[in-house]
Amino acid sequence: MEKFIRHTGVGVPLRYSNVDTDQIIPAVYLKRVTRTGFEDALFAAWRGDETFVLNQPAFRSGSVLVAGPDFGTGSSREHAVWALKDYGFKAVLSSRFADIFRGNSGKQGLLTGELSQDDIELIWKVLENEPGTEVTVDLEQREVRCADIVAPMSVDDYTRWRLMEGLDDIGLTYRHIDAIGDYEASRPSHKPRTLV
Amino acid sequence: MGKTLAEKVWDAHVVRQAEGEPDLLYIDLHLVHEVTSPQAFEGLRLAGRKVRRPDLTLATEDHNTPTVDIDKPIADITSRTQIETLRRNCEEFGIRLHPLGDAEQGIVHVVGPQLGLTQPGLTVVCGDSHTSTHGAFGALAFGIGTSEVEHVLATQTLPLRPFKTMAINVEGQLKPGSTAKDIILAVIAKIGTGGGQGYVLEYRGEAIRSLSMESRMTICNMSIEAGARAGMIAPDETTFAYIEGRPHAPQGKEWDAAVEYWKTLRTDDDAEFDAEVTIDASELEPFVTWGTNPGQGLPLSASVPDPESFADEGARYAAERALQYMDLKPGTPLRDIAVDTVFIGSCTNGRIEDLRAAAAVVKGRRKADNVRVLVVPGSHRVRMQAEEEGLDTVFKEFGAEWRHAGCSMCLGMNPDQLAPGERSASTSNRNFEGRQGKGGRTHLVSPLVAAATSVRGTLSSPADLESAAN
Repeated sequence: MEKFIRHTGVGVPLRYSNVDTDQIIPAVYLKRVTRTGFEDALFAAWRGDETFVLNQPAFRSGSVLVAGPDFGTGSSREHAVWALKDYGFKAVLSSRFADIFRGNSGKQGLLTGELSQDDIELIWKVLENEPGTEVTVDLEQREVRCADIVAPMSVDDYTRWRLMEGLDDIGLTYRHIDAIGDYEASRPSHKPRTLV
Repeated sequence: MGKTLAEKVWDAHVVRQAEGEPDLLYIDLHLVHEVTSPQAFEGLRLAGRKVRRPDLTLATEDHNTPTVDIDKPIADITSRTQIETLRRNCEEFGIRLHPLGDAEQGIVHVVGPQLGLTQPGLTVVCGDSHTSTHGAFGALAFGIGTSEVEHVLATQTLPLRPFKTMAINVEGQLKPGSTAKDIILAVIAKIGTGGGQGYVLEYRGEAIRSLSMESRMTICNMSIEAGARAGMIAPDETTFAYIEGRPHAPQGKEWDAAVEYWKTLRTDDDAEFDAEVTIDASELEPFVTWGTNPGQGLPLSASVPDPESFADEGARYAAERALQYMDLKPGTPLRDIAVDTVFIGSCTNGRIEDLRAAAAVVKGRRKADNVRVLVVPGSHRVRMQAEEEGLDTVFKEFGAEWRHAGCSMCLGMNPDQLAPGERSASTSNRNFEGRQGKGGRTHLVSPLVAAATSVRGTLSSPADLESAAN
C-alpha cells in the first residue's frame, strides 16, 4: 500500500448528506472480478447531469472530496472505495462517515478525515467561490488547509500509523499467527462447521 | 459491573489485545457470495496464501442470479463471469458452495440460519452489510468489505475496535396489522440513518421477546439502515427451538453444552449501555418510506411531509431532493400513492413467515390490473416449503409472478429491475436513488402492506381491504 503523509489537490464540494454507496457506485457496476477500472462508474447516475460538480471543468481533476455528513452509508461494497481511488481521489472529508466505508477506505489507502460540519461549510464556500482551489490534507499534522482555513482533522491513531507507514493488514496479523492457533485449540467443540 | 450481550460475545473471541491497537477477533462463521469475493480470492492467489479455515466458510450464489429460467445459462455475460469465478474459487480453495439450482441455494442471510449454522454467541461475517441479520440469534454478526473478506479467508480473524452499545427497548405489544418491519422502520425514523454509527444495537423488551425468529431477523437485518454494523437479540427458548434439529445444529451432549452456554448470553442486570432508546410497539401503525433514505419514513396514515417543516437545514435539503426524485408533492396522503410494482422478497422479508403473511392477505383476490407483483423466496428451500403449503398457487391465482430464490429486485443486479420513473412498494431494505433500477422509486413496506398494496394499487394496509369490502 502506498504511504499517505500529506496530499494537496483540487477540492471538490459535494453538498449532499447521506451519500450512500449505491450513489457512489450503482450495483450494475459491481459485476467485474478485478480491482481496477471503476473510474467511469463513480457517481454514475449523477454524472449524466451536466450541473453535477464533477462535470464542471474546474473540478474534473479533483482529488479531495469534501462531502456532507453520513458519507458512505448503505451497502458494504468496497467497489465504492475503488471507484473513488480510480477516479483520482486521495482523501474524502466529511463530518461523519459510515463505519464499513471508513474501514474499507483505510485498507485501501484512501484517507477519510473527519472535520466539524462548520469547517466543512467554510471549505465548501471557498471551493464554490473559487472553483479549482487546492486543499491540503496533512495526516502528519492532522489538519486540513484551504485558502486561509486551518481545520483540525480527526483520524484514529492506529489508522493514521498504518496509512503513514503504508502497512497491509494481513501482513500485520500474520505476525500473531501463533496466538490464532492457540485460540483455535480452545474453541468449544459445539461450534458449527460447514464441512462434514 | 456486568456486561452487555455484545460485550460477552466480543470478549469470548479476542485472540489478542494490545494497547493502542485494535483487538484481533476470531471469526466463527464466514459467509461468501459472488459479488464481494472475487477480488479477495485474487488477492490470496497473488500472495500465495491459502484459506485458513474452509470448514468455517460457506458460499452461495444470490446477488446476480436470475429468478426465471434458472436451468439455462445466465444471459448477462458479466453476471455469468462472476458466478463462474465464484465456482472456480470455491473449487480451488476447498470451500463448500451452494450454486444456483441446489436445494440450499439462496440469499446468504436466509441460508445460514436455515442450515442451523447461525447460532448464538458466534461471530459471523460476510461481505454484505445485511449480515446484521444473524444477530437475531444472539450472534455478533456484521458486514465487511472485500479487503476484510480476504483478511478473514487468510487468517480467520479481523482487527477491530470495540463497538459502543445501544439498547433499543421495544415496549408493549404490536397491534394486529403491524409487524417487525414497522418496528425497525420506526426505529430508523427515530434515530436516523446515522444514529447507530459505531454501535451494536441490542433489541430488547416485551415486543421483541414475543417475536418469531423470522421477525427478529427482519429487525436485526435493517440495523445497518440505522447506521449500526450489528444488531443483536438475546437468545431464548424461541431461538433454541428454531435451531434444534437443523442440519448443523449440535446434537446429543453437544446440544446440551451449547444450550447451557447460550443461556448465559444475555445482558447482565447491572450492565450499562452507552445509549438507550425506547419505543412503544403498541402505538405503531404500518410504516412506509416516502423518501430516498430509510430514515425518511412515516405511518401509512400520514401525508408526504413538507420539506419546510424540517427545522434542520440539512434534513430540509435532503427532503427537497428526495421529493423531487420520488416525484411526490407535500401534503399528498401516503395512501393515495399509486405503484407500478410490488416486490415481496429479500433478506429482510423473504422468509417463509413473510410469504405466509402476504399470501393470507391476497388469498382469493385478484391483483390490481396495472400492478406487477413479484414474489421471490429468500432461498430455494423457502420456495419448496411455500409450494408444499400451496402458497405458490395462492400467489399465481392472485396474478403474481412466482420466482426462484435470490436477491432479485432488492438491488437489481439481475434482470429484475424497475424501469426509469417506475414506482414500487418493496419489502426490501433500501430506498436509495436507483437502488432497484436506474430512475426507479422505492417505498419500503412490510409484507402485509406490500400484499394489500398489490390488491388496491395504492399504498395500503390489510385493514383498508376490509373497510373497502364493508
